[in-house]
Amino acid sequence: MTTLLNPADTAATETPARPVRWWRRRRASADPTPVWLTIVGVFVALYLVLPTLIVIPMSFSEASTFVFPPRGHSLWLYRNFFTNDRWLDSLRNSVIVAASAAAIATVVGTAAALGLHQLRGRRSARFLQSALMFPILTPSIVIATAVYISFLRWHLVGTFTGYVLAHAALATPFVLATVTSALGTFNPTYLRAAASLGASPWRSFLTVTLPLISRGVATGAVLAFVTSFDEVVIALFIRSPKFQTLPVQMYNSVTVEIDPTIAASSSLIVVTVSFIFLVALLSSARRNRSGSTRPRRSVVRRTR
Amino acid sequence: MTIGISRSTGAADASEWAGKGAQIRLESVTKDFGLAHPAVDNVTLTIEPGEFMTFLGPSGSGKTTTLNLIAGFETLTSGTIRLDSQDVSTLPAHKRNLGMVFQNYALFPHMTVAGNIAYPLRERKVPKPEIERRVAEVLELVQLQGRDKHYPSQLSGGQQQRVALARAIVFHPRALLLDEPLGALDRNLRAALQLEIRRIHREVGTTLVFVTHDQEEAMNLSDRIALFHDGRIEQVGSPENLYAEPETLFTARFLGDSTVFALGNQSVSGTVVWEDERWAVDPATVAQRARGGGDTALVVRPESIGIARDRAQVPGGANAVRARVRDIEYMGAYRTLVLSVGQEGVSGRARIPAADKNYAIGDEVVAWWHPDAQRIVAA
Repeated sequence: MTTLLNPADTAATETPARPVRWWRRRRASADPTPVWLTIVGVFVALYLVLPTLIVIPMSFSEASTFVFPPRGHSLWLYRNFFTNDRWLDSLRNSVIVAASAAAIATVVGTAAALGLHQLRGRRSARFLQSALMFPILTPSIVIATAVYISFLRWHLVGTFTGYVLAHAALATPFVLATVTSALGTFNPTYLRAAASLGASPWRSFLTVTLPLISRGVATGAVLAFVTSFDEVVIALFIRSPKFQTLPVQMYNSVTVEIDPTIAASSSLIVVTVSFIFLVALLSSARRNRSGSTRPRRSVVRRTR
Repeated sequence: MTIGISRSTGAADASEWAGKGAQIRLESVTKDFGLAHPAVDNVTLTIEPGEFMTFLGPSGSGKTTTLNLIAGFETLTSGTIRLDSQDVSTLPAHKRNLGMVFQNYALFPHMTVAGNIAYPLRERKVPKPEIERRVAEVLELVQLQGRDKHYPSQLSGGQQQRVALARAIVFHPRALLLDEPLGALDRNLRAALQLEIRRIHREVGTTLVFVTHDQEEAMNLSDRIALFHDGRIEQVGSPENLYAEPETLFTARFLGDSTVFALGNQSVSGTVVWEDERWAVDPATVAQRARGGGDTALVVRPESIGIARDRAQVPGGANAVRARVRDIEYMGAYRTLVLSVGQEGVSGRARIPAADKNYAIGDEVVAWWHPDAQRIVAA
């Protein structure tokens, strides 16, 4: 075989070729992830995801009770779900409650994050931040009891307003967290720039701050929606025959009615929630690629 | 109707912009953050309409805080700030109508170049065709035609700072404030943008306040320099005035190199004594603030110092001191002798022609200068 030798080829022929074992080959490459770590990672992922995914084959079962593996395949559970008023009403209630609670939590959480950002560095800010995170750390049963006791007095048990208020309080910390982290990369000089260019504080919030932290706000809103949508403990305490959310209906269907329709509703929830997160993830990935956010200088040098 | 660029830079623009600069008056301005010393301590200064004024000083000297007080980003502890005759001391920043350029550009990353420049016009509800005309005009002024659809992240640092400059002047502000605008740029780019800023200042004719810690930059650009030190203004004057006639040792040291002889609190009329030397004093070279008694120092610029092999070669009437050559720096256009002067070994610098290779490290020499080339300042 006659080929022109380029320097790389000569180098290869001069050093005796040593057999490279396959498990070493990867380590030598630019990717330093060892194979065993990849395998462990796959198992952890399966462990986390599989129990959730099991409901999907179950939802296509023909059986009228829970059996695994599912027997046959049919859509009768879905027909059940979409023709039964109890299921449909609770679904509608859940969507409306979650949307309202998310709206309130997003406004309150964003405002709180902005306020705390102004106070950052002070001890009061750290204290307030921890206080506002409390609903995440407190066991839900404690919150549920407290909510139940106060709502009894205020006649909010079993009302739409009651659900929205309780869920908004629960969801606010998620918005606070995501907006705070978005503000971490927000350069405060932008606000001075906007002011020098004639924008009032409110106008500079609308035209500069909000567009730049929008991803944090949107992520927070999605988390708030999901938090409310699958909240079950408080909902069980303050439910009434007139007003139930989907998780409560699901709980009832298992404990009281032994109705396998829950498999269909669970599958719908899993698919819907995954879809929402996937869309959020993909849209943010696309924004990252477009390069419209440049790496900002982390240190703003100030002299006085 | 054509909206395109019908005007050229230069005379045509000057007619539209000129005369828009305001006078800025600081009266006993003080800002106290509650630290050991006030950040700005009783500063009084008048910046004339159309003037290029530089606030120069080391970091922590109060120059940026003073600029932020003018811009309205900080509130005054006491004192008054006036734009022309209007007291703006308590006016919020967004109502002051002052253009500001920041060191890290502060361009809005979610807006294009055109969007950034149009921002102040949109906030002022300028009609759309007018916005387009003025954005195009100002892009031409900063020589960034054709970049209007780019995002800031797609531009180099120098280009970003031009956009920031365009954004700060497009709404014809009463004055332009620049906070170390070239600090983040490399040396060549700085020089290019210095020229650019001077040209734009000439064409726009606005009052301009420029903050920097770089004395060369201050000397190149300014009509006048206010030198800040510990929250106060050490000296205000033209670059020539500050360089040739410093009042204090701080000013003499901050602008340019000098050899410094501490004189203690001896009388500075007639002659002065330093170690075992006696030197003649030209009364014209004694700074105002060195006349009232107190410690003084004698300073000599490197270009004023001559070098001789021995005392016999020193011209008559010159002041002289013995020195040892510690190092020689070749600067291209000239050489600098780094000297160890007198018994004490004070550090000194003298400039000699580049072609003069008569001296070597370790040589014992005599440094001399004419009495009218020295300056006696308050220490």
